[in-house]
Amino acid sequence: MKTLSRFYTLLIFLFLYAPIAVLIVFSFNDSATMSRSVWSGFTVKWYARLFQDGMLLQALRNTLVIAVAAAAVSTVLGTAAALGINGMSRWMRRVVMNVTNLPMVNPDIVTGVSLMLLFVAATGLLGGVSLGMASLILSHITFCLPYVILSVMPKLRQMDPNLSEAAQDLGCTPARAFFRVVLPEIMPGVVTGLIMAFTLSIDDFVVSYFTSGTTQTLPIFIYSMTRKRVSPEINALSALLFAIILALLVVINVRTARQGRRAEARKEA
Amino acid sequence: MKSKASAYPYLVWMILFIVVPMALVVVFAFTDRSGAFTLKNLEGVGQYSNIFLRSIWLGAIATAFSLLLGYPLAYIVARADAKRQNVLIMLVMLPMWMNFLLRTYAWMTLLEDSGIINRALAACGLPRAHMINTPGAVVLGMVYNYIPYMILPLYSVLTKIDPSVIEAAQDLGADGRTVFLRVTLPMSMPGVISGVTMVFVPAVSTFIISKMLGGGGNLLIGDLIDMQFLGSAYNPNLGSAISLVLMVLILICMGIMNQFDENGATEGGVMV
Repeated sequence: MKTLSRFYTLLIFLFLYAPIAVLIVFSFNDSATMSRSVWSGFTVKWYARLFQDGMLLQALRNTLVIAVAAAAVSTVLGTAAALGINGMSRWMRRVVMNVTNLPMVNPDIVTGVSLMLLFVAATGLLGGVSLGMASLILSHITFCLPYVILSVMPKLRQMDPNLSEAAQDLGCTPARAFFRVVLPEIMPGVVTGLIMAFTLSIDDFVVSYFTSGTTQTLPIFIYSMTRKRVSPEINALSALLFAIILALLVVINVRTARQGRRAEARKEA
Repeated sequence: MKSKASAYPYLVWMILFIVVPMALVVVFAFTDRSGAFTLKNLEGVGQYSNIFLRSIWLGAIATAFSLLLGYPLAYIVARADAKRQNVLIMLVMLPMWMNFLLRTYAWMTLLEDSGIINRALAACGLPRAHMINTPGAVVLGMVYNYIPYMILPLYSVLTKIDPSVIEAAQDLGADGRTVFLRVTLPMSMPGVISGVTMVFVPAVSTFIISKMLGGGGNLLIGDLIDMQFLGSAYNPNLGSAISLVLMVLILICMGIMNQFDENGATEGGVMV
């Protein structure tokens, strides 16, 4: 039984990782024929070419600008929203949460299409350029908000509602009570929301596809790469991204493991 | 801190960017190009019923495969010791962090007629197989992309099952099969339901996987919507009608799924 389950685990992970491994191996392929699957010698020229690709660098810059803006705004707006929603009557809260869940329940493509209709209609009314960086940032904030709210809400629920009042009784202004008492309590939820918003924004293709106009983000650039030309550059890009993600995850895990050990040591002491 | 005021900016945002766009989809679905009321768009959706059926069919197959392949893995991981569990779950999540376009592209290079699998087959003296641009390739792409969404909720439910419940069943004389069918499986139902929803919804509404792995012959609902908004068949009114039908379809599916989840353990997770 033990060997059987080991074998099964191995099989599933082979299925999950074989395609990624192939991508990475072929990023070093020196193919003259531009074929995707004939090995013809080792090279790193695709990586070099990647860094000279102006379009790619621009797309990368756009992606980062959008992700930072979307994560920052949705975290502030979402945390404030969670605080307010928590103070609403049961009925009101139900209505607001149902609407909030809508972008998560809806297929991405419907969210994308509906936002595209909004931006096009808004241009019709107000003039100006309809689709571009601004519409991308607005849409990304929109689909990140529910995730921030849903990660802050449980922390607010767990918190003793009297804490903030106690702080105010002791002479804190409401703002000071918020920053000194409430915010530290809900911080883990806020940070989770921020990280989720950032990664969701970087990874998003579907909503961006409908709201970007001619502006390119990294996923949209990747999409046009897979369509137009057959180039090992895309493999090099995959390999780089995979290496970065792997490194980040290892660092985070080692850190949390170390923190866990330290906490245990403190408990024993 | 019982003040509602801090939610007001969000409420404005919510109305502007969630409610109004949804209303626009409805308005577009029920009007023609000049803005007059019409039911033609919704009637027009009827002619694509074969595409709707194909999407639901392929999405359902992909969901079934994800469940059948994912459940044993989630079960094995949940049984492993704590340290290994963390590593294994990380390994399940890692591919999710890579953009799905790249993951799907990887399968393109594998499945092509002159791709790696076919070259390997030829090298072994076996006949080549035509794999890309088939419905099977689309299902494969869906399973590959979405199986982590099945494994993770299953795993989190399975780890929460109290081992003493299983021991109690064994003490009362149940064999392995009975324990699984009567105890483990029923107790993991909330995970099955959220896994099925999390795989089925994106699978049914995908438009890139079908484009990249299915060629032009395996259009799904998503491709249809894409064509109406950004493609050659530009017609946002029809596109909105298709989106509306897709939305209603998914809400119905979720409603049905929630019927199975009588305990309703998850609060506010899913709308219906």
